[in-house]
Amino acid sequence: MGLQTPWLIAVLAALLASRRCWLVMPALLVAGQAAAQDVERGEAIYRTWCQDCHGEDGKGDGPAADRMLPRPRDFVAARYQIRTTASGALPTDDDLMRVMGEGLPGTAMPGWPNLSDDEKRDVIAYIKSLSPFFERETPETLQRSVDPGGGPEAATAGREIFERLECDRCHGRLGRGDGSSAASLEDWRDLPIRATDLTEPWLFNGGMGADAIHTRFLTGLDGTPMPSNQDALEAGIVTEQDLWHLAHYVASLGPEREPDVEEVVRIERRETLPGGPDDEAWESVRAFYVPLIGQIVEAPRQFSPTVDGVWAQGVHNGSELALRIVWDDPSNSPDPEWQEWQDRIAATLYADEVEIPTDPLPDLLFLQFPSEVPEGRERPYFLMGDGRDPVYLWLWHSRRGAVEARAAGLGAAEALDSAGSGLAASAKWEAGQWRVVFRRPLATEEDGALGFAEGVPIPVAFFASDGSSGETGGRGAISSWYYVVLQPPTSRAAFVAPLIAMLVTGGLGMFAVRRAQRSVHSEGRG
Amino acid sequence: MFDKTRTWATVAVACLAWACGGGGDAGAGGEAPAVEEAAEAAPIIDPATAGTIAGVIAFKGEAAAPQAIDMSEEPDCADGYGSEGPLTQSVVVNDGRLANVFVYVKEGLDLTFPAPPDPVLLNQENCRYHPHIVGLQVDQPLQISNSDPLLHNINTQPSLNRGFNISQPQAGMETTRDFGVPEVMIPVKCDVHGWMRAYIGVLDHPYFAVSAADGSFSMPKLPPGGYVVEAWHELYGVQTMDVVVGEGETVEVSFTYDAGMAENAEVPLGEPLVLGH
Repeated sequence: MGLQTPWLIAVLAALLASRRCWLVMPALLVAGQAAAQDVERGEAIYRTWCQDCHGEDGKGDGPAADRMLPRPRDFVAARYQIRTTASGALPTDDDLMRVMGEGLPGTAMPGWPNLSDDEKRDVIAYIKSLSPFFERETPETLQRSVDPGGGPEAATAGREIFERLECDRCHGRLGRGDGSSAASLEDWRDLPIRATDLTEPWLFNGGMGADAIHTRFLTGLDGTPMPSNQDALEAGIVTEQDLWHLAHYVASLGPEREPDVEEVVRIERRETLPGGPDDEAWESVRAFYVPLIGQIVEAPRQFSPTVDGVWAQGVHNGSELALRIVWDDPSNSPDPEWQEWQDRIAATLYADEVEIPTDPLPDLLFLQFPSEVPEGRERPYFLMGDGRDPVYLWLWHSRRGAVEARAAGLGAAEALDSAGSGLAASAKWEAGQWRVVFRRPLATEEDGALGFAEGVPIPVAFFASDGSSGETGGRGAISSWYYVVLQPPTSRAAFVAPLIAMLVTGGLGMFAVRRAQRSVHSEGRG
Repeated sequence: MFDKTRTWATVAVACLAWACGGGGDAGAGGEAPAVEEAAEAAPIIDPATAGTIAGVIAFKGEAAAPQAIDMSEEPDCADGYGSEGPLTQSVVVNDGRLANVFVYVKEGLDLTFPAPPDPVLLNQENCRYHPHIVGLQVDQPLQISNSDPLLHNINTQPSLNRGFNISQPQAGMETTRDFGVPEVMIPVKCDVHGWMRAYIGVLDHPYFAVSAADGSFSMPKLPPGGYVVEAWHELYGVQTMDVVVGEGETVEVSFTYDAGMAENAEVPLGEPLVLGH
C-alpha cells in the first residue's frame, strides 16, 4: 500500500499539471483496464462454457455448431453481427459485454448470468486475442441522434421509408421475412440465412425496441445480408428523422414485449362461430401464443426450425368447435422458388442424417390430443404418443387439407379408417403467414377420436413443419402439452346472483341509514 | 524503502511531464511543432530500363457457355440487355481467349508504393457490377456507385481485410472505401440480387492487370528483375509462372486454361488467417 499511494499522487499530479495530458489519460485508463483483463483466466472459462459451440480455436466450429443456424461467431474472422460500431468495424468491449450478459435472442447464444463481470471481461480478452484484427484497430461507437419520439404518425412516416429503402425485398411487405430475395440469402460463410421476421421482435438478435432497431440500421449486421445505412445517411439519401421513423415503424410491426405464455387456451362460447381464415370475427377472439422449439429428441432432428410459435384462437357454440391456428412461415410449400433453399438447408443442417429430403415437401401442422380425456394430469408422450397411450391427431397438409389420424409415436400417424368425426379445415397463406381454421362437431362416435366436453381441460400439443426447409417425418418444431378449455354455457345463477347481491346490499344500506336517522332524532329530543 | 518509493515517484512525475509535453507551457507555443508527414514518395522507376510483362490468357477446349440470368424481378435492369438478355460473366471466352483473369506480380518486388490518390471505380448498372474484376492498391480509394434507381447492398467478404456491407438505395449514390492490406481476391455481392458478383484484388504495388475481352493483358513500367506472376480466375483457379524481365524488355507471357480445370480448381479468396500466437 505504501508504494501505491505516492505512485498514484505522482501520476495524478503529473496528469493535472499538463493540459495535453487529457490526451494521455484515456490511453492510461484503457491500458489499466486491459491489464485488469486476464487472457489465461478467460481461456479457462472459454474452455468450460464456450468452445462446444465456438470451437477449440474459436472459429465457430465446435461440435454443436453444425446444427445451428446461424452458426456461432468465428472469433478469428471477428465478424460480429451485434455492435454499436460502423459496418466492417470491430465491436467495443461494451458491445461484447452486452451480448455475453443478455445473449442473442433468436439464436442459440444464451446470456451468461453465471459469470461475473470480471469473468466476462476475461473471456472478452481471450476471444479478442484470437483475432489479429483487434491488434490493428480500436473500435469506436457510432454517433447517434436523439430519438424524436414514436407514435402512430412516426410509424406511418416510417412505413414510407420502409418502402423507399426496399426493406421488403428481404423482410417482405408485412415484415414476415418472406421478401422476394429471402430464399436466396446467405451469410458470409455462404450458408443459408433467414430474413428476420419483423413481427416477432422478441427474437431480434440485437434486442427489441426502436432504440435497438435504430442502432442496427446504422451498424448493419456484419456477416449477414443486412447492410448498414450509415453511408446512405451521410449521403443525405435518408435523414436522421427518416431512420427513427423507420425504427418506430418496424417496432410497431410486433408487440412491445414477448407474448405471455399461458397453459390454457380458452375456447370462448358464442352463438355464431367465425368463418374462414380471414373472417373478421376472429379479430375479436383472444389469441394465445404457444412457442415451439426444434424436435431434437428423435431422428430426424431439427435444431433450427422455421416455425417458432403458433397463435391459437377458439370458439364453440355448444355443438361445434372452431379453432384458428396462425403461424409465420415465409414459404407456401412446396414452392419451386424455395427448392434451392430446401437443398441448401438440408446440406447445412442435416448433413449427418440418413434421410436428406430432395422432393418438394408440403407444410404440415399437427394438433395432438389424447385419445380420451385423461384423469388428472396424465398425458400421452408429447412426441405423438406411444403404443400404450396413442394420440388423436388433426393433421393438416398444405395441399391436401386436414384429416383425423391416430399416432403411437413420431412418424407413425395413420389416418382414421372412416370419415372420422367431421373435421373440416380451410387455410390461407398470405405474405409469410399461414392461417388455418379447423371445425369439428364436439361429440363423436368415432373410435380413437376425442369428444370435446365443455369446462374440462383437454390436453393439446402442436407440431409444425416447413416443407421448404426440408422438414418432414418428425423434423419440425414442437410444443409441450397445453390445454384447451371450452367455456361452459353461462348458467342462470350467473344472472340471478348479482341481482340478489344488489338487493341485499341495498337493503342493508337502507337499514343502516334508517337506524342512523332514528338515533339522531332521539338525541335531538333528549 | 520509503525513500526509494519517493525516488520512483519523482521519476514517474518527470517521465509523465515529459510524455505530456511539459505541462507548464501555455498556449500554442507549448505544443510540439506539427511535423508534416511527408507523403511517401513513389519509388523512381527508370523508364530507360523498365520492362513490361504482357501476354494473353488462352483457353483450350469447350468453355462453359454463359448462363442466362433470371432478372425478371428487376425488369428495368433486364431491359438493358436487349434481346439476348443478361448472361453470367464467370466465363467469357472469345476465339480461344479468356477474359476477366486477374494477373499480378505475386513475388519479386521489394519496393514500397504509396497509394495513388485517384479512385478506382466499381459501378452497379443494370443490376451488374462494372467492372466484374477490380484491381487496386492498398489504401487506394474504391469508389462504389449505383447507377440503378433501386436498392443494392454492397457486401464485401474479405478474409484479411475488414468486410463491410452497406446499402445504396438510390441512383447516384457514391461511397468510398479502401482496403488496408493486400488480398487476392475479395468477393463482392449484392444480397438483394443474388446473381451479382464482383471480385477485388488488393495489392501493395501497381503491377496487376485484368485480361480484356481478347484475353490480353499488360503490366508496364516494371523494374528489371525476376518475378513470380500469378493468374487468378474465379472458376478455373490460379496458375503461377517465373518471369525474368531484362532491362527495357517486354516479356511475352501466356497462361493457358482449359475447361477441365474447373473441377479441382483452387480459387483463393484471401489467405486463411494465421493466429497471432
